Amino acid sequence: MILYLLKRLGVFVASVAVAGVLVFAFMAVLPGDPAEVALGVNATPEAVAALRAEFGTDRPAAAQFADWFGGLVTGDFGTSYVTSAPIGPQIAERLNVTVALVLGGMVIALLIAVPAGTFAAVHHRNPLGAAISAFSQVGIAVPAFLAGILLVFVFAVKAQALPSGGYVPFADDPAEWLRSLLLPWLSLGLVQGAVLTRYVRSAVLDVMREDYLRTARAKGRGRMGALWRHGLRNASVPVVTVLGLQLATLLIGAVVVERVFVIPGLGDLLLNGVAGRDLLLVQGVVMVLVAAVLLINFLVDVAYAALDPRLRGAR
Amino acid sequence: MRGRLNASLVTGGVLVGIVVLAALVSFVWTPHDPTLVDAAGKLREPGDGYLLGADKFGRDTFSQLMVGARTTLYVGIVAVGIAAAIGVPLGVIAGMTPLGWLSELIMRVNDLVFAFPALLLAVMLGAVYGAGTLTAMIAIGVATVPAFARVARAATLQVMVTDYILAARAAGRRRAAVAFRHVLPNISSVLIVQASVSFAIAILAEAALSFLGFGTRPPTPSWGRMLQESQELLFSTPRLALWPGLAIALAVLGFNLLGDGLRDYLDPKLRRIRAER
Repeated sequence: MILYLLKRLGVFVASVAVAGVLVFAFMAVLPGDPAEVALGVNATPEAVAALRAEFGTDRPAAAQFADWFGGLVTGDFGTSYVTSAPIGPQIAERLNVTVALVLGGMVIALLIAVPAGTFAAVHHRNPLGAAISAFSQVGIAVPAFLAGILLVFVFAVKAQALPSGGYVPFADDPAEWLRSLLLPWLSLGLVQGAVLTRYVRSAVLDVMREDYLRTARAKGRGRMGALWRHGLRNASVPVVTVLGLQLATLLIGAVVVERVFVIPGLGDLLLNGVAGRDLLLVQGVVMVLVAAVLLINFLVDVAYAALDPRLRGAR
Repeated sequence: MRGRLNASLVTGGVLVGIVVLAALVSFVWTPHDPTLVDAAGKLREPGDGYLLGADKFGRDTFSQLMVGARTTLYVGIVAVGIAAAIGVPLGVIAGMTPLGWLSELIMRVNDLVFAFPALLLAVMLGAVYGAGTLTAMIAIGVATVPAFARVARAATLQVMVTDYILAARAAGRRRAAVAFRHVLPNISSVLIVQASVSFAIAILAEAALSFLGFGTRPPTPSWGRMLQESQELLFSTPRLALWPGLAIALAVLGFNLLGDGLRDYLDPKLRRIRAER
């Protein structure tokens, strides 16, 4: 068990390092010198050279990478060449918003998918169960940002019950914070819930065919009682895998949903960075998002081992 | 015949057929010029030759949807093509030599690419080379490689233990010949299903990228950008968001159903190998 976790941890750390090299290398091929861009066309060569030294971009690429990547470990993402503001605090501030958005979306997805998927599996032979399956198929076809636009139309334009966009920090007003995040959560959660429902359904269906469940029923447990006692843990293994993939999808989906609802999260920061050609900022945000996806994959592997001892020896 | 027609296959086929037809017809005919700006016809209501009305620039919505279908299919075909061209050979190689270092390397790199979603790749490419249809296609294609590689590997692993492969190898067939003559034809149905599912995901990605301004550039019509342009008019003219939204959802639904239907139609035995999302 310990050995398995250490091995997975090693793979995770190595992956983050390689991803860091890739992201850095990608941004380094960029034409144009940040110092020249910052000073404009009329700058003297001396001024450019001085600024280059200040930015540290006159050093070899390997030294720049070591500096940047080493800084990441301590939360230092460098200083923007464009706005001269430190990047780390901006990312930290935005990360809170995005994490709240993603986790809320995930909770809604689970609240929909676990009951709906289990119900669809248990009643897979009657029309209501089939209707849930069909409905989830439709939900999968709707991108989160489209769901967002539809929700704005229904709840902000027609019912005028919720704001169509904007964000209120939790510290300012918890009630308004909740109201400002409700539609974005639903946009992410409804769509992901539809995807997840299919997986929960097929996982529960698989478990229902197992001998141990028949034994539990034979011992006198009711259908739901047997599923609850013996089925859920076994059904959860494939669902956790999908959940991990979904969390990564949600993180990226949040980037787009933030645009729909004008929420100042990481996605907003990333897109503003691209628009303002603030490359160090873009590099930092991309690195955070990629590292987050890798971290989620790692946690899924850990969750596997915790849920299913048989998988510990594998790979 | 290998299987029976099923509801998913027929529904998906019809939906995809409509999109393909709209795209093909748009090459020779659209009701109006989809890019023609007409100040007098600004936000024109549906009717009078404008089936679905016009947008804030007076451009005909129906014509834009038709040419948008072309953009969607174009991006999907190139992106899925890139993903299959790179992912399938890698997956087959990894599946034919499951214990070698090459296989291990391929799957590790695969996992790493998996951490770079299409959206991030497109934003990075856009930041460096300027965003457009090409960067979007490449980003979606590269991000889809791991899905093809994994599915091709899983299917190859299953095929490799069959008697006919054993016979071919015992007869002294070279590896490349085994791969082309025996492995590829036998995993093709899984790959076709994967292509259909990947196409649906590519449509979603293209729509999201165009919505964010990292996809197809104006004035070329694209469903995602039509949605983005409609958002500010949601309070006054919601139909502008309705039609491209519906087009995206139906196209994605069509390719997903087609994938499901093909899975059952082509080989009922393979139903359990889920095409990875």
